[in-house]
Amino acid sequence: MKPAPFRYADPGTLDEALEVLSAEGEGAKVLAGGQSLLPLLSMRLAAPAVLVDINRVPGLDTIEATGDGVRVGALVRHGALLGGGPDADAAARVQPLLARATAHVAHPAIRNRGTTVGSIAHADPSGEMTSVLALTGGSVAVATPSGTSEIPWADFFVGPLETSLPAAAVVTSAFFPALPPRAGTAFAEIARRRGDYAVCGAGVVVTLDDDRRVSAARAAYISVGLVPEVHDLTEAVAGQPADAADWSAAAALARGKVDPDADLHAGAGYRRHLVGVLTGRTLPAAAAEAVSRSAA
Amino acid sequence: MTTKLFGEPVRRREDARLITGRGRYVDDIGHTALAAAFVRSPHAHARIVDIDVDAALDVEGLVAIYTYEDLTGPLAEPLPVLIPHPQLHAPRTGYPLASGEVNHVGEPVAMVVATDRYVAEDACDRIVVTYEELPAVVGVDAARAARSAVHEEIPDNVAAVHHQETGDVEAALATAPRTLSFTQYIERSASMPLEGKGVHARWDADDGSLRVHTSTQASTSVRAAIAAKLQLSLDQVEVIAPDVGGGFGVKIVHPWPEELLVPMAAIALGREVKWTEDRREHFIGSAHERQQRQEITVGYDDDGRLVALDVHIWHDNGAYTPYGIIVPIVTATQLVGPYVIPTYRVKVESVYTNTVIVTPYRGAGRPQGCYAMERTMDRIADVLGLDRAEVRARNLIRPDQFPYDHHLTFQDGRPVIYDSGDYPGLLDKLKALVGWEDAEAMRRDAEARGTLLGVGMALYVEGTGPGPYEGGHVQVLGSGKVLVSTGLTSQGQGHETVLAQIVATELGVPIEDIEVTTGDTRRFGYAVGTFASRAAVMSGNAVALAARGVREKALRIAADVLEADPGDLEIDEGLVQVRGTPGAAVPLRTVAVLSNPLRYAFDEAARQATQFATHDDSKPPVAEDDEPGLEFRDYYSPLRSTFASGAHAAVVEIDPATFEIDVVRYAVVHDCGNVVNPMIVEGQVHGGVAQGVGGALYERMAYDADGQLQNASFMDFLMPYASEVPDVDIDHQQTPSPLNPLGIKGAGEAGVIPGTAAIASAIEDATGRRITRMPIAPSELFDLVNDESAERTAASARRAGTGTMPAGTMPAGVRTTGVRTTGVRTTGGGA
Ligand SMILES: Cc1cc2nc3c(=O)[nH]c(=O)nc-3n(C[C@H](O)[C@H](O)[C@H](O)COP(=O)(O)OP(=O)(O)OC[C@H]3O[C@@H](n4cnc5c(N)ncnc54)[C@H](O)[C@@H]3O)c2cc1C
Repeated sequence: MKPAPFRYADPGTLDEALEVLSAEGEGAKVLAGGQSLLPLLSMRLAAPAVLVDINRVPGLDTIEATGDGVRVGALVRHGALLGGGPDADAAARVQPLLARATAHVAHPAIRNRGTTVGSIAHADPSGEMTSVLALTGGSVAVATPSGTSEIPWADFFVGPLETSLPAAAVVTSAFFPALPPRAGTAFAEIARRRGDYAVCGAGVVVTLDDDRRVSAARAAYISVGLVPEVHDLTEAVAGQPADAADWSAAAALARGKVDPDADLHAGAGYRRHLVGVLTGRTLPAAAAEAVSRSAA
Repeated sequence: MTTKLFGEPVRRREDARLITGRGRYVDDIGHTALAAAFVRSPHAHARIVDIDVDAALDVEGLVAIYTYEDLTGPLAEPLPVLIPHPQLHAPRTGYPLASGEVNHVGEPVAMVVATDRYVAEDACDRIVVTYEELPAVVGVDAARAARSAVHEEIPDNVAAVHHQETGDVEAALATAPRTLSFTQYIERSASMPLEGKGVHARWDADDGSLRVHTSTQASTSVRAAIAAKLQLSLDQVEVIAPDVGGGFGVKIVHPWPEELLVPMAAIALGREVKWTEDRREHFIGSAHERQQRQEITVGYDDDGRLVALDVHIWHDNGAYTPYGIIVPIVTATQLVGPYVIPTYRVKVESVYTNTVIVTPYRGAGRPQGCYAMERTMDRIADVLGLDRAEVRARNLIRPDQFPYDHHLTFQDGRPVIYDSGDYPGLLDKLKALVGWEDAEAMRRDAEARGTLLGVGMALYVEGTGPGPYEGGHVQVLGSGKVLVSTGLTSQGQGHETVLAQIVATELGVPIEDIEVTTGDTRRFGYAVGTFASRAAVMSGNAVALAARGVREKALRIAADVLEADPGDLEIDEGLVQVRGTPGAAVPLRTVAVLSNPLRYAFDEAARQATQFATHDDSKPPVAEDDEPGLEFRDYYSPLRSTFASGAHAAVVEIDPATFEIDVVRYAVVHDCGNVVNPMIVEGQVHGGVAQGVGGALYERMAYDADGQLQNASFMDFLMPYASEVPDVDIDHQQTPSPLNPLGIKGAGEAGVIPGTAAIASAIEDATGRRITRMPIAPSELFDLVNDESAERTAASARRAGTGTMPAGTMPAGVRTTGVRTTGVRTTGGGA
C-alpha cells in the first residue's frame, strides 16, 4: 500500500499551479487535503505522474458570507465550517445547511485536513457536500490557464468520481447561495458507524408563502444515485400549512423518485425505504425552521 | 507500598510506554533494512502458468525476486500441519510461495526484496503472472454442495470429520417428550490486530547466527520452525517478539510464509530484511474465523429440561489446514456450556473453500458453540412459553456436581472435566445486574419512546489454560533488581504487570524492583505461547513456582548468615528478616551477592556483602547440590484445562423506522477463579465485548461468488468504533480452580464468546422475528421484517401486538414520535 512513483510540485501561486497543470496534462492531479486522493494513491488505484499541491497557494482559505450566499475557498477545511469563528457563524446564518451537513462528514481528524471543495471536486455520490451544492443551487469557480469561470453544479457532476473539470484547472471556490427568506433546511443521515459515509442521507429545503403554507419542498440524497440530484417534492405538500402538511405523502413521492443501488452495507430496497424515512423526518424540521425564520 | 499485590488493581506497567509512542514494534526495528513485498494471487483458484519477472528487473533499487523455483530443501515442501489429528483425514497446507496452484486471493506467489517498500511494490507491479482460472468454492454451503473441489484430490471438500458422542442420541431423541430441529449460520470475521504481522531478520555471517524479530504469539515455536526449515541449528537462531500490537489468535499460527522467507532472504543477501504487513495484505493473507452452518436437533421435556442434543456443523476452514482442526474441536466440545446434557452427539465436517485460512480468533470456535447452545435454549423457552432464564436455570450443572465430567475429549486431548464453578450463582447475579425481571417494563418504556426493546442472555463455559506447560525464570541481582522471564509472549494483555504482581507477592519484593521479559528466546527457550486464555494460568503459575524456588534458596542462605532457622524467616519489602526480631535482617540483594562465591567487588553491593561472608572450610565454595546465583527456573504443567465461566446479557433498542440496532446496555458476570488484577480482567472483558458486538452487528468478510474479498479495508470492514461499543456493567464471581497453585482460570477470550448469541436473542425478542443468521445489519433486519414468510416467535404471538414489529414496511413518517437522537442524526447543532 505504497503509491507508485510520482513527482511533487508545491507552487506558491495559482498561476504557477496552472502552469504545472497545463504542462503535465492528464497526468497531473491537484492535491488539497489528501483525504481522498492519498488512499487512492496508496492502494495504487490512481497513479498520477505529478501531484500539484495547492496548499501554499495564497487566498484560497477564506469563507465569505454575503447576502447572496457563502463562498468557500479551496483550502477551507471541513472543520472550519463547523463554527467557532466569525466566518463560520456568518456562513451558518446565511446558509445553515452547510454546517449541518458538514457535521456528518467523517471524523474530526479527517475534517481537519479534508476540504469542502476537494470533496466536491472528488464528486463521490456518498459525500455530503456534493448534494448540498446541488440542493442549494450552487456552483464552483474554476481557474484555468485561459481564465476563470463559474460552473453551475448541474454542469459540473458527470458521474461517480467524475466531473466536467478540464485537466488543467483548479477549483478555487464553491458557492452556496443563501437560504431564501421564509425557507428552512434540515439534514439527516444514517451511517453504519458514527462518522462513516452515509448508507443514506437526506438534505431538504422547505419554502413557505406569506401564509406559512408550503410553496416548495426539495430534497437531495446522499449515497443514492450516481450523481447528486435535486428532487422536487412540492406537489405532495403544496399549499399545505407548514405545521400540518402531509409529509408522509412527500416521503412516498420521494421513494418513488429515487433509484438507489445496493452495496455491501445496504440493499436497494432498504435505501429506498430510508429515503422515505429521512424525508419524513427532515421535512417537518425544515418547515419548522422556515416558520421561525418567517417570524424573525 | 505493600508487596502483597495479588488481587490488586495495579496499574498496567506497560501502558506508559505503549500509549506515549515508546512501544517498540517490529516496524520500529531495522531502519536500514531492505524491504520485502509480495506478489499475491488475484484469483481465488487458479493454476499458475507462467511467472515473468523480466519487466521488474530494471526497477532501480530492486535487490532480489524469489518464486517457488528459488526455494530449496525443506522450504520447498508444504508448510507444516502444526496440529495433526487422526480425524483430519485430508490435511492440506500451502507452500511459502505458491507452487503451481493458488487457492485463495492473497496467497503469496513471489517475494520481492528492494531498497525500500515503495520500490519493492513497484517491482511487484511489473511481475506478470499468467493464471488459468479454476472454479472457486466460496462459502460453507458451496463447499458442502461440492460442485467443484478446492483440492482436486478431495472431491467432497471435506478435510476432517470430527465426531464425539456421549450415548445413543437417536434412541434418546426418539423417546424425548419433545424435539425441535433448526439450522442457523454464523459468518466470518477476523482477529484484525491493529498491528499486522511483521518480520525483521538479521544474519550475522561472522557469528553464523540469525536474529529474527516477529510479531508473533509464539516466539519459541517460530524459532524451531525457522531452524528446521532453513536447516540451521536451534542455537543459531534467536526469535524475539517485541511489543506486539494485538494478536487475538492470528499470530499464534506459525510459521507464516513470511516468517521463513524474510530470514531466508536475509541469509542469502547478507543484509537485514524486513517485511511489514499492510492492511490489505492482512485481510487477504492472514486468517479469518467463525463461518459455520449449524444443524441442531434437541430433545427436551415439558419443563424444558434437555434430554438429548444432536449437532451437525459444517465448518469453513478456508483453503488450508495448517492449524489442524482446533477450531471445530473447540466448537464441538465447548458447545455444551454450563448445562447437563444427558446425551450429546456432535459431528463437525470441516470443509475447504477458496478463501483465506481459518485459524483461531479470540474465542476460537467458542462463540459458534455458544451461539448453537444458547439459541437452542431460547427456542425451547419460546416453544414452552417459559422465561429464557428459567429454562437455562433448570439445565445448569449444580455447584455440588464438580468436578463435572462431560465425557468429551478437549482440544488438548484431555477429558472435558469442569474443575469448579457456580453457574446458578452467575445467572442470579446476571439477572440482578441487568434487571432481567424488569424487561417488560423496559419494553413498555421503550415502546412509549417509539423504539423496540429486546433483552437477551447467553452463558458460556470456557476451557482455559491448556498445557502442555509454560516456564518461568526468576533471578535476583546484587542490585536488588529481580529479573523475571517467561518464554510466553505478550500481545498487549498486561503480562508485565500480572507476572510482576505474582512475583512481588511470592517473593516479598517491591514491584518496582521487578523487570519482566516475555517471548524472547534469548531469555527463555521453552514455551508454548499466548492463546487459549492461558498466560495467567500457565506462566502465572510457572513464575510463582520459580519465585518460590528463589525464596527457598534466599531463606537458606539468609538463615546461614543470620544464624537462624529458615522457617523463622520472612521476606518483606526486599528484606529477609527473622520474624519478630527487629534488626535481625539481611537485604535480599545482599543474599543475591552472597549466593555467588565469586565476588569481585565491582560495585557497592558486593563490597557490602563481604561483612556477611561465611567460610566453612569443610565444604567446596559451591556445595554439591547447589549452584551459584540466586535464581530459579520452574515449569508449570497442568493435568488438564481449567474452566472459566460467565453470563452476558444484552439490551438492544431498534428504531422501527430505520432498523438501526443499538446495544443500550451490556452486562457481564465473569468467573475466572482467583483474580490477579481485577482492572486487567475488566479490560479484557471490555475488549472482548467490543469484539463480540463487532461480530454480532458489524463485521463480516464479504466474499463474492468468485472469492474476491469485497471489503478488504477498514472503510468497509466495519470494526466497531468506541461509539458503537456499549458501556459494560461487570460483576465478578470467584470460584478458584483446584488444579493450580494460584487457583486461577483464564480471562483473555471470555468477553467475546457470548456476544453473538446474546445479541441475536435480544433482537429476536425485540422484533419477534426468528434470527438464524448472524451477524445482522439494519438492511438485513429490514428485509427480514418485511418478509411475510419469515418465522415469527411464539413469544411475539403471545405478546399479541405489544412491542412487536408489525408485518410489512411501516409507512415512512408514521412513527416519528420520540425519534432518538443517537444513531439517526437529524439536523445540526448536535455535532
Ligand atoms: C476515513 C474517511 C472517512 C471519510 N468520510 C467521509 C464522509 O463521511 N463524507 C464525506 O463527504 N467525505 C468523507 N471522507 C472524504 C473527505 O471528506 C475528503 O476530505 C474529501 O472527500 C476530499 O477532500 P480533500 O481536500 O481531502 O481532497 P483530496 O483528497 O486532496 O483530493 C480529492 C480529489 O479532488 C481533487 N481536488 C481537490 N481539490 C481540488 C481543487 N481545488 N481543484 C481541483 N481538483 C481538486 C483532487 O485532484 C482529487 O482528485 C472521508 C475520508 C476518510 C479518509
